[in-house]
Amino acid sequence: MSTIVLAIFIPFFAAAIIPFLYKYVKNIHVGWFAILVPTALFLYLASLIPTISSGDVIVQTMNWIPSYGINLTAYLDGLSLTLALLISGVGALVILYSIYYLSSREALGSFYTYLMLFMGAMLGVVMADNMLVLYVFWELTSISSFLLIAFWYQRKRSREGAKKSLIITVSGGISMLVGFIMVGSMANTWSIREVIADVGTINEHVLFIPAMLLVLLGAFTKSAQFPFHIWLPDAMEAPTPVSAYLHSATMVKAGIYLVARFTPVFGGEAVWFWAVTGVGIFTLFWGSFNAVRQTDLKALLAYSTISQLGMIMSMFGMGSAALYLGYSTESVIYTGSTFAALFHLVNHSTFKGALFMIVGIVDHSVGTRDIRRLGGLITLMPVTFTVATIGSMSMAGLPPFNGFLSKEMFFISTLDISEASFFGLGSWGILIPVIAWVASVFTFVYSTVFVVKTFLGPYKEEKLEHPAHEPKPGMLVSPIILGLLVIAFFFVPNMVGKHLITPAMGGIFPTFAAEGADLGQHIHAWHGFTPELVMTIGVILFGVLLFLTRKYWAGVYSLFPEKRSINTFYGFMLNQIEEKSTLITNKYMTRYLRDYMVYIFTFFILGIGGTFIFTGAYKFTLPENASISNFEWLIVLAMMAAGITVLFAKSRLTAIVLNSILGFGIAILFVLFRAPDLALTQMIIEAVTTVLFLVAYYFLPELDKEDTRKKTKNINLFISIGVGVVFTAVALGVQGNRAFETISSFYENSYELAGGNNMVNAILGDFRAFDTMLEVIVLLIAGIGVYTFIRVRTKKESDQIEDK
Amino acid sequence: MKINNVILRTVTKLVFFIILTLAVYLFFAGHNSPGGGFSGGLVLASALVLLFIVFDIETIQKGLPIDFKLVAAFGALLSVGTGFGALVFGENFLTQAFDYFNIPFFGKTELTTVTIFEGGVALVVVGVVVTILLSISEDE
Repeated sequence: MSTIVLAIFIPFFAAAIIPFLYKYVKNIHVGWFAILVPTALFLYLASLIPTISSGDVIVQTMNWIPSYGINLTAYLDGLSLTLALLISGVGALVILYSIYYLSSREALGSFYTYLMLFMGAMLGVVMADNMLVLYVFWELTSISSFLLIAFWYQRKRSREGAKKSLIITVSGGISMLVGFIMVGSMANTWSIREVIADVGTINEHVLFIPAMLLVLLGAFTKSAQFPFHIWLPDAMEAPTPVSAYLHSATMVKAGIYLVARFTPVFGGEAVWFWAVTGVGIFTLFWGSFNAVRQTDLKALLAYSTISQLGMIMSMFGMGSAALYLGYSTESVIYTGSTFAALFHLVNHSTFKGALFMIVGIVDHSVGTRDIRRLGGLITLMPVTFTVATIGSMSMAGLPPFNGFLSKEMFFISTLDISEASFFGLGSWGILIPVIAWVASVFTFVYSTVFVVKTFLGPYKEEKLEHPAHEPKPGMLVSPIILGLLVIAFFFVPNMVGKHLITPAMGGIFPTFAAEGADLGQHIHAWHGFTPELVMTIGVILFGVLLFLTRKYWAGVYSLFPEKRSINTFYGFMLNQIEEKSTLITNKYMTRYLRDYMVYIFTFFILGIGGTFIFTGAYKFTLPENASISNFEWLIVLAMMAAGITVLFAKSRLTAIVLNSILGFGIAILFVLFRAPDLALTQMIIEAVTTVLFLVAYYFLPELDKEDTRKKTKNINLFISIGVGVVFTAVALGVQGNRAFETISSFYENSYELAGGNNMVNAILGDFRAFDTMLEVIVLLIAGIGVYTFIRVRTKKESDQIEDK
Repeated sequence: MKINNVILRTVTKLVFFIILTLAVYLFFAGHNSPGGGFSGGLVLASALVLLFIVFDIETIQKGLPIDFKLVAAFGALLSVGTGFGALVFGENFLTQAFDYFNIPFFGKTELTTVTIFEGGVALVVVGVVVTILLSISEDE
């Protein structure tokens, strides 16, 4: 059994069961069932750490569509395991937190179902080895994120935030899919491992750089990199547990994961280096710069997340320089940057998760997240304050917290890269540490704002909705655990470094690992008065200075008014698309069925008739056809007569009956040509559709005499004759042409292959069951469509639950 | 105008079960002779449609309190589920299995997963046909 593949699907099974548990088990909070899944997954994955840290990888395959090389291959190496542990670990803590956060009046069944869907999809993203499977899971995370952001769908801002995140991340996802298809066609495989193995043969291909840019677009949109970061602040409309889980700890890391995963493929290119490093470092600056101006605590954390993601992204970019240089003792130094990136990825999940939960607690307790109304909560909420301080100081990069370690490593990387001379770094390289340092100063400022504005200063109870109080102990458990981890990682960082990050490095730099390079690092808290320590001290000094004087320089932000922001541009673009497409659509959507028929049949004539002439298929071999018996003539003539009479029918009932003659005539022809299955089906369908017609006609007015203009009538006549001619020509032409080998021989021994004598059904249910399955689903969609069109419309008018 | 349809009602009560039997027969016959999930489902649906036409909708819904949307959804789940079932046994998606078993009374019988798949198809057909008919006819 493929246990790891199953691990991906367990959350999906849970998602299917949770609605029933929610409905039928009333006295236990449904979250307690949900929490079992990530906990079990975490324990299981943790049990794999020894295997992975010894340098092994686990590969398990479950066939899906092997004929196209698309299989559910789970590939677990250090990188996947690190992410998977984060997903399940933080997932368990977030669910525990949400049990106390969400009141039982909320739609908890949907909440935990979406959360489980997300968890499964996210595990799929980090474990999939097949690019197309990765894509499917990737989009599933976007969809579950959409559902979770719009959890309070009664609010307009929630719906808009959800829509925005979906539009941006899915557009990125589709461009990533195109990139994957390019990579797949270049390397002739969908497996990422195989692509990495023969990267040497594809990197000269003309599609290599376009494929890289398209994949990066997917990564940048998902990880909220500039200028696609605008969806993340709006996504904060989601319930806080969701923000803590999806929009800081896991989903937004998917783009970073993708960059890490594809570093061995694209990493040796200058374009990759500059795109990833440049976008990352600018996002780092832009996020931290904007975080300072926020007044909503969650928006502040959102911009801070954007900034931190940019920082991790830029470290992956800088680390890729090592691949460009190839293995040597000098180039190994750059891999340190990637190591730091992975370490910070873990650290960020711990402290940012804790901070989001703190904001949730504050919001829950006093009813607001606005820092202009908050203050002085330190004495009333001492535990919350402690955790908030731990998280913020780690975020600012201060000891003794884990953020300090990764921030120092980040500074070392920027200094190393600024001294390099390849990629044109000689002239521009110095900018990297400078921007990084400035951004870190702003990071320090907003971290200070977060703590000082919320917990220090005067307590203004009159501005709060409820008086401040510590929350239920259950709500504090998760942030406290994360806070303790923040401290623990500072004192024993090498436990993470050695067992998770070092094996992950082997996956990102396979050529280095093959040479036997030691990619692991020993993380030290103290390494003398080095330049990076000086930088940290500078951050603190200037940070404090800027925080104290921020009244005086806040005017800087008026240089970036809302009117000229990317957000406004995005809104403008969306409006324009909507307006213009409405304009075009209104031109041809006339709401007359007969116009649509004209479109369909004109296309039929042009498309089929055109192909017919283009391929030269008009080779009729009439003499080879079987002779037509008198009986067959009789039936066909009756059908023709009925067909013509329909045109002159005075009432709808007559038209239906005449139409049925056509249907039953075809059924008789099926019998004559020995196709009992088709005849049977045709007859039953005739019976059912006649009833359907009758029911529908009950609501229609009397059949009126058509009063169309002469010109329209002539066009219609022309089209109908054209359709008839094309149809007849195709029917006759089919006999004379064989473009492909016939496939009927494949089905001949259906009894041996499928155990059934009825070849038609063997084809439907076995040989081509995939078609049948999809048809069944289409039928279901059509049925639900009819139902909603007719029934839901009337309901909506009376029951308006959405606000404006 | 009130139509006296005593004869139709009486005949329907009897014929309904004959049609049902035919539907079940067609469903199982499909493996080796004409029939199958689609036609079996359609016949079953037409039997229900007959009931809805002859008696009024409220009466039938009282006697048969089934949400046909759920029937259709369950059918689709069943069909797709057999596809995933194959995956669990390490086979390709939608691989159907069959074998011959000796069952008392029936003798040597072929059991196959296609039956489950076709059962799903039949349920979707029944569910969708009845749902469409009911939604159109109940529209005000």
